[in-house]
Amino acid sequence: MELSYFAIIIGAIFVNNVVLAQFLGICPFLGVSSKVETSLGMGAAVTFVMAIAAVVAWLIQTYVLVPLDIVYMQTIVFILVIAALVQMVEIILKKLSPSLYQALGIFLPLITTNCAVLGVAILMIQKEFDLLQSVTYSVATALGFALALVLFAGIRERLDFEDVPAAFKGIPIALVTAGILAMAFMGFSGLV
Amino acid sequence: MNKLKIILSGIVKNNPTFVLVLGMCPTLGTTTSAENGMGMGLATMAVLIMSNLVISLVKNIIPDKVRIPAFIVIIASFVTIIQMLMQAFVPALYASLGVFIPLIVVNCIILGRAEAFASKNPAFDSVLDGLGIGLGFTLSLTVIGAVREILGGGSIFGVGLGISDYTPLIFVLAPGAFLVLGYLMVLFNKLAKK
Repeated sequence: MELSYFAIIIGAIFVNNVVLAQFLGICPFLGVSSKVETSLGMGAAVTFVMAIAAVVAWLIQTYVLVPLDIVYMQTIVFILVIAALVQMVEIILKKLSPSLYQALGIFLPLITTNCAVLGVAILMIQKEFDLLQSVTYSVATALGFALALVLFAGIRERLDFEDVPAAFKGIPIALVTAGILAMAFMGFSGLV
Repeated sequence: MNKLKIILSGIVKNNPTFVLVLGMCPTLGTTTSAENGMGMGLATMAVLIMSNLVISLVKNIIPDKVRIPAFIVIIASFVTIIQMLMQAFVPALYASLGVFIPLIVVNCIILGRAEAFASKNPAFDSVLDGLGIGLGFTLSLTVIGAVREILGGGSIFGVGLGISDYTPLIFVLAPGAFLVLGYLMVLFNKLAKK
């Protein structure tokens, strides 16, 4: 597939934003986005894990699953690899950089069930990217996730001070807000 | 516990979409039409029933420390089976649901029910719980899909209603998913309070 790196980056961050256009990673998007600070932490943790997961998933797909002709095992292998990876990242971070672990630590266990990580691994294989393209794509996707999360948290911090009707409180008003945000992101469509 | 109660609680009191707010990604991502929503719901229900059954049967063999990874392997196996079956028998639906089929693995409803119900209850009850929650999920997804299809495309289950010239396409696109789910949830809250 011939795609310039610039097109991959812009496409993944704005045009096909992982949260607002592809609906991956909605749980943390709704759950962790009440404060700008925590959503920055979550965004950083996801970027970190997604980049590593992309490399590992790509290597496994190319050098294990395809040569052995067991591509149908993809779902099982990828989810196990991601789960193990998150655990490993947690342990290594704790040893090497306690300060980074302090900042990202609480978000790491949540990432295993973040469907965006598994989704990106599957999508980049589907798009037949090479290794460097895959890493570019996954980092850009994660940045798009962080962007959506931070924007959304900013709006929700304001919403706290508004008088929201009782039936709309909590998730419903968040969803309606996300819908309007998604409309804004539709302005990017056709860019790449 | 009353067997019928287990099924009913999954549809209304513990409705996975409107009450527990679980499994939001497929709920938003696959409900572009009533048919797609229903297909996704049924696929999830199949995985949920099978994984609940197997987990409930092996719950005493699995050591407590490795239970979550073990559950994930069981769930992932059934997802792979469903994925292959759908690819073979309903290729059109498989293509339109796309990446969300393998992503059933990380649907929090399934792991949630495994942990909260199947790992504590006998096999038959677990199957009923899977059936109830699965039906609740399918019903919610079908309703959301139907609303989006009517508002955005002027048809239901692919049958035109003759109003497609006047319907705003936005409801089939990404923002419509958030808006329709948000307003349906408001409606559900209003009705539940009465």
